[in-house]
Amino acid sequence: MGLLDYFRSSQPKGSANVAKERLQILVAHDRAARDRPSYLPKLQQEIIDVIRKYVDVDMNAVSVNYEQEDAHEVLELNIVLPEAAQQRFAP
Amino acid sequence: MARIIVITSGKGGVGKTTTAAALAMGLAQRGKRTAVVDFDVGLRNLDLIMGCERRVVYDFVNVIKQEATLNQALIRDKRCDHLYILPASQTRDKDALAKEEVGRVLEELSDGFDFVVCDSPAGIEHGATMAMYYADDAIVVTNPEVSSVRDSDRMLGILSSKSRRAENGQEPIREHLLLTRYDPRRVDNGDMLSVEDVQEILSLTLLGVIPESKAVLSASNAGIPVILDRESDAGQAYFDTVSRYLGEDIPHRFLEAERKGFLSRLFKG
Ligand SMILES: Nc1ncnc2c1ncn2[C@@H]1O[C@H](COP(=O)(O)OP(=O)(O)OP(=O)(O)O)[C@@H](O)[C@H]1O
Ligand SMILES: [Mg+2]
Repeated sequence: MGLLDYFRSSQPKGSANVAKERLQILVAHDRAARDRPSYLPKLQQEIIDVIRKYVDVDMNAVSVNYEQEDAHEVLELNIVLPEAAQQRFAP
Repeated sequence: MARIIVITSGKGGVGKTTTAAALAMGLAQRGKRTAVVDFDVGLRNLDLIMGCERRVVYDFVNVIKQEATLNQALIRDKRCDHLYILPASQTRDKDALAKEEVGRVLEELSDGFDFVVCDSPAGIEHGATMAMYYADDAIVVTNPEVSSVRDSDRMLGILSSKSRRAENGQEPIREHLLLTRYDPRRVDNGDMLSVEDVQEILSLTLLGVIPESKAVLSASNAGIPVILDRESDAGQAYFDTVSRYLGEDIPHRFLEAERKGFLSRLFKG
């Protein structure tokens, strides 16, 4: 195999494949955002309000994630409690 | 009852007006009574591409505001008896197209025509959403290029959620992909997304592929829809596209680069 062939076969041809990869990611992301239910921000706020009755957390302590999988949707809640709060719950 | 077809894209300058003019002329040439409506209020390009700019008296907004009747505003094409153009207005505000009024005009058009082709403005704002709201079919005009493909996908989202059919829970708008300004040589070189790439990303049925062609500019210079240039590659590709739209099953052409290189001439000649 000549040097020229080596370069030809090992280097990706042109920029179209980069474009395609970027688009696939972008479009998947756009579609996920589009399908997200519109009640999510309100849901997040209400969860925070409930938690705040017991623990002093801020907006950033609660993240709400929505993901669409083939046959079902996954709603993922992630709540980070501050150090002090854990102590308060301790027996 | 007419079938209402929107020519849409999201991104600007991809070939919507070129396509609207070609498709409308193509349908009319096959005996379908066709009206083509310019929704690009404020810019008004369709009448130029159709070559009837000097015959515009009343426009779409006049009809919306009931300052003129449809019959007064519709311009009959001089080349084809079955084709009428409803031009956009150049001066008025872009929000002149109220949903109910647009609906009334399209309904009136539906009574007298087989097809109503709506040339959408670029963007995803009011004008574009009005152009697609009442559609039965959408032709999503896309260039093989990242921002155009992304915008097309966004437009698909809007078509499936914000149209009359979606809101009334009817059968969804039939969506077709029209890939335009396709340059097979650049695809071969790996510098341009291929038909397969774009189809894979958008997962739409492919209505046609229109090659990048000098004939498009010449046609627009002369005010002649490019489909009338039967010698040209773009004209033929649009002709095939119309056939496919009407249900004929014909292969796609102009997907391969012409071999004009020195070596191939040497070997073939
Ligand atoms: N297949 C083609 N080959 C070469 N040039 C083309 C082709 N299709 C369109 N063009 C050119 O691209 C430009 C934009 O075309 P056109 O006006 O049809 O796009 P548009 O989507 O209607 O634009 P806008 O979003 O501004 O309404 C024009 O100059 C036209 O001549
Ligand atoms: Mg246009």
